[in-house]
This record gives sequence, structure tokens and C-alpha cells, in this order.
Amino acid sequence: MQWRHKDLLDVSQLSADEARHVLDTARYFREINSRPVKKVPTLKGRSVVLFFAEPSTRTKTSFDVAGKRLSADTFSLAKSGSSLSKGESLKDTALTLQAMNPDAIVLRHSVSGAAQFMAERLECSVINAGDGRHAHPTQALLDAFTLVGRWGDLKGRTVLILGDVAHSRVARSNVLLLNLLGARVRLCGPRTLLPPGVDTWEAEVFSDLGEAVRGADAVMCLRLQLERMQAGLLPDLREYSRTFGLCERHMAQAAPDALVLHPGPINRGVEIASDLADSGRSVILDQVASGVAVRMALLFLYMTRKSAE
Amino acid sequence: MSTVSLVVRNALWKKKKVDLLVARGRVASLIPSARKTRVEAAQELDASGLLLLPSLTDCHTHLREPGFEYKEDIASGLDAAAHGGFGNVLCMANTNPVNDNATVTERMLDRARAAWPHGPRLYPIGALSRGLKAEELAPMAELADAGCVAFSNDGLPVPRAEFFRRAMEYAWDQGKVVIDHCEEPSMARGAGMNEGAVSGRLGIPAQPDVAEAAQVARDILLADYLKIPIHLAHISCRRSVELIAWAKERGVQVTAETCPHYLTLTEERVEGYDSAAKVNPPLRTRDDVEAMLQALRSGVIDILATDHAPHAAHEKEVEFDLAPCGISGLDTALSVTWGLVEKKLLTLDDLVRAWSEAPCRVFGLPVNRFQAGDPADFLLFDPAAQWEVTPETMRSKGKNTPLLGTRLRGRVAAHFLGGKKVV
Ligand SMILES: [Zn+2]
Repeated sequence: MQWRHKDLLDVSQLSADEARHVLDTARYFREINSRPVKKVPTLKGRSVVLFFAEPSTRTKTSFDVAGKRLSADTFSLAKSGSSLSKGESLKDTALTLQAMNPDAIVLRHSVSGAAQFMAERLECSVINAGDGRHAHPTQALLDAFTLVGRWGDLKGRTVLILGDVAHSRVARSNVLLLNLLGARVRLCGPRTLLPPGVDTWEAEVFSDLGEAVRGADAVMCLRLQLERMQAGLLPDLREYSRTFGLCERHMAQAAPDALVLHPGPINRGVEIASDLADSGRSVILDQVASGVAVRMALLFLYMTRKSAE
Repeated sequence: MSTVSLVVRNALWKKKKVDLLVARGRVASLIPSARKTRVEAAQELDASGLLLLPSLTDCHTHLREPGFEYKEDIASGLDAAAHGGFGNVLCMANTNPVNDNATVTERMLDRARAAWPHGPRLYPIGALSRGLKAEELAPMAELADAGCVAFSNDGLPVPRAEFFRRAMEYAWDQGKVVIDHCEEPSMARGAGMNEGAVSGRLGIPAQPDVAEAAQVARDILLADYLKIPIHLAHISCRRSVELIAWAKERGVQVTAETCPHYLTLTEERVEGYDSAAKVNPPLRTRDDVEAMLQALRSGVIDILATDHAPHAAHEKEVEFDLAPCGISGLDTALSVTWGLVEKKLLTLDDLVRAWSEAPCRVFGLPVNRFQAGDPADFLLFDPAAQWEVTPETMRSKGKNTPLLGTRLRGRVAAHFLGGKKVV
């Protein structure tokens, strides 16, 4: 498949065939990751800037490893402590990055729309590694990759996304992608953590976990930011874990062999019971491994694309 | 008739061809062109094909001087006003320093007279509270003496009802009305758009329309209880309009304004994280737009205002959350609302009432109804003229409008204030 996109802002840009193509490509790269020498010269001489304006060790490391295994040069820029710091606008940051002439920029930013803002101003590819509450396409793709790895196909499967949907870019991208790949999506969380207009989303919405989990093939827990307590969206952690923390008791209601996912880092005992996170149902470490393969696939596709002209 | 200084011939007024006679800066008479009166005048103008309109009054603009002259200054703001058809401009107090003392008011008035001696005329709105902090009342008597025509905390809504009540009472002692930016602050903190399906999808922090309506309800109840008038700024949603309609039926002295963008644009304009469409209150839904149009036709909304909020380009060219709220409106307001007349969503009478008569009545300014003795503040409007909104065609320093690149119909061909041509 000839890759035609310059940027990956969200999965909404992808057709079902394109999404499957990413997963197929990732499958190929996963093989490389299990070889003794985990490096191929595919992107030798190309450079990737990892610009993380919001800290995220996991995603950044995952992209870094992905780039290095393809022999690309990766450069990290953090917002704090770099010259691209205080007082400089994102536009100037974009221009500065452009001047370094990279082939791709991986951007993590705390404001929704930041990736689009950069993409509109940069000639190189922009890969959104999470922007505000908006989108986290690479996470959704690695989640799908993990599930496809277990099931072969998402068609007819039911996936429950559980927790703070309102503030979650992971949830937004996953709802789009899971639907695109033929899965049915359920959402569950207290009303205070469901986004406005959620009834217009392609998903069934629940506030009762017991009901939501019934027959689900997988439960995707979302990370709970502890500041939701101060914002008055939740009373306390104990009550949250009692009503929305996933445990074996719930999983008994799910489909047999139902899987448990979590984008990490986990608050053990809050979003998910500790023993469940470590159980055979959990594919949380699979997700991490999938992350590298999926990001290798994305870097490969976006950095070797032929421009339309 | 020997004192007539200007005759405008063949202009269209209420679908009839008229001649306007001006003497000593005032309307001398308005007569059907068919009468073919012979009048000796220093100046004669053929206005065939042009509409005659009273000069507009904008009761809600931000002119940014003092303190933010890089966004706009009084001279450039009045330039945009003159070309946009506005003869009277009421400017908000959120300058730096805040317009909470006579020195600032007087300086504003001096700057306006120096830049535009024949108008557009500036009418400062004084701060309701010192520093707009909503903690202590501003010296409203001093401000009124210096020339402030109303009081407002616009930009920083007043959360405490008791404080707001005292401000209304104290302002009314000066014979001035309070203008409230209706927003329940705790429901709107950090918000950049309307709360709903679009904000949910885009992941933008948002405020629901009830954040506005809750404060509208408070203000109406206070006005009713105190028997003191209140003016509600830039109303944007159906929920507020229904409350205002209820209040008016009850006889509460409430007046309200809305802006061209709330009559024409919806929250979808924020798609793509377009900070040009970030405004406070935010653009609402299609249903709200219809409610605003209906309210304006029925008189539930009395006044049109621009809420002209100019910003520098670099301030808007940032991440959506960080961009300041506001649309630069003086240049485009009349053309945009004329577009609504062309679409038969409003009548020309609605326009004249809402842009001229109502604001002058509410804020005690002389109004031109083309009766003998009225101020000769009028414009000749070319309904067929087409223009593209670009940084070059806008007079304001603030080029921040979601209309950049669009073509509008109708433009001011000439603008007279006190009988003198300013455009
Ligand atoms: Zn305001």
C-alpha cells in the first residue's frame, strides 16, 4: 500500500484498510523484535525528533526504541529545561524544529489540537503521541494490535472502556478505531467522568460496571488522574475503586477468556485489582511490546511515504 | 433654508427615495426626492442606489488603550468604527490601568478627541469594581462625572450576588445602568468553547449554556427585586433568551444585547481548533442561533453590539487552550447583519432599531431618527458592494475573525457625523 498521509493526528484520518495495513506492517516488525539482533537499516540516515512537551516516559521510550531499531537517529526535546522552554510559543518551537530539518516529529502535548497546530506549520510528518484530551492514535493502534494478536479479528467482539472517559484521549481514539475495525464499544464510568455529548458516540454507555461488563470480550481500563478528586468529580479513591475498580468478581460476568488492558501507568488497586493486573487475563505487558512494533510500523510508513507531488 | 449646509439626494430610506437636508450639524428635514426642492447648499451629494441609515452605536467594544495598544488603540479602533458605520462607541473598562478612576476616563476621551475630533465619539464604560476585582466598588460618581456612561465588570464576571446587588444600587444612584457579562464563573473556568458533542469530541474544556443562563436568572431576579434596570451583555443562547422573555413579560427592566457572531456562527466553527472562533461567551448551537434571531426580531433582544475584541496575531496563533477569547468585529458587523436582512432573517427596521435606536435609548445618547433637530449622524450604505475580509481590508489592528477570507456584501460608502463627513 502506498502511504498517502503526511501526518498522524488521529485514527479518524485512517480508512479501515489503512488501519489494517498499519497492523500488518507492525506484525512484520514484531518479528524483528524477537530476533537476537533487533535492528534493521530501514531508516538509516533519517532523523526523528521526539518532542514531549508533557512528560511521558513510556510513550517516549517506546518511540525511541522503535526509531533506533529502524536505525533512525532520534533526538529528544523536552519542554522544560531545553532552550525550547519558557515563553517560547509553540509556533516558534515548530519553526525551530523545522530548521533542524527532521523527517518526522513525534509530539506529546497537554493541549488538545496541538498536533494539528504543528502539522499545519511543518513540512515533515507529525505523529501525535497524545494531545490533551483529544487523541492518542498510536495507543489505539497498539491496543488494536494487541487484541488482533489474541483474537485474529475484532469483528463481532465487544470491548468495554472503563473509567475516566471524559479526560481520556486514549478512549476517544479507541472508540473510533475499534468501531472502524468492526468491534462493538461500551463505555462505563460515573456520569462526572463521561464527556459531554457521549450519547452521540458510537458506543453503548453505562454507569453500572456490573451491567457494562456482562459478556464483554475485553475490558480496557483507563488511568485515573488523582486530581479528579480536587476538581469535585469524585469523592475519593476508595469509593471509585469500590464502584469502578475492575476485579475478578466483575470478570466472572465477562465472556470466558475475556482480556484486560490498561494503557499504564497503573494505579494498582484503583482502576484495577492488583492480582487481576498480574493474572493470565491481563495483556498489559503485551501492550508494551505491541507499542514498539506499532510505532516502528508508523515511523516506517510515514517516513518512507511518497509525497503527493 | 439658507442655512442648509448639505443636501443628500436620492438616497433610499424605508424603500423610498429621499433627500436629506442638513443644517448646523443636525437634520433639517427629510423629504421625498420627487418634490425636487430647490435648495442652496454648500455641498450636494447624489446618493442614488445607496441606503440611508442612521449612524450605528456600538455599546460593547474593547479598544485596548491604555495598556494594550499593540492589539488596538483608540485611534485605530475609532478608524474601524468610522468605516464600519459606528458613530458612537462605548468602550469597556478592562484596560491597563483599568478604567476605574477619572484620570483614565479623561485620558481616553482626550485621545479620542485628538484622533477623531468629529467622531466617532467615544463613551467610556467605567469599571464596576476597583481593578475589576469584584472586591470593592469603583468610584462611580467620579467616573460618571468624568464621562462614563455605564458601569461593567465585563471580562471578569462578578460571582458574589450581594456585591453585584450593591453595585447595581450604587450605579443607579448615578443614573447609570450596569452591564453584566453573564457567566457563572465556576462553571466556565478555563473553558474555550460551548459544552456539547463537539467539545466532547475535540476534547476542549468547555462551558455549558447554563453557565450563562444561571447568571442571567440571577440578574433578572435582582433587577426585579431592586426595581433597577440591568443590561445583559452579549447573550448567546436560547436558555438565556427564554429567561429574558419571561422577565420582560413580568415588567422587569431588563435589556439585552447579542452580537453578529451569535446570529451567524455555531460551535462547529471551532473544528480544527480554530482559535479565531474562540470567543466568550462561546459560539453555541444551531438551535441557539435560531433562538437569537427570533429574539432579536421579537424585541426580546434589544440591541446589537460587536463585542469587538481585537488581539494581536501572535496571541491567537497558539495552542487553542492558550489563545485569548475574542473576535474583532467593528469592520464586519454591519455587513454581516446586512447579510441577515438579505436572507430575510431580519428586517431593515430590526437593524436600525438594534444598531441605533435601542442602544441610544438605553444609554441615554442622542439618536438620529431623521426628524428635524436630530443629530446629522448617518451613513450611506452600498448594499451591492462586495468585499473580502482580509487583514488589508480591516481597519482594526485586530485581524482576529473567523471571517477572514470570506466575501461579504454591503459596505459603508460614506459616513457623516454631526453633518461632517468622516468616511
Ligand atoms: Zn464580556
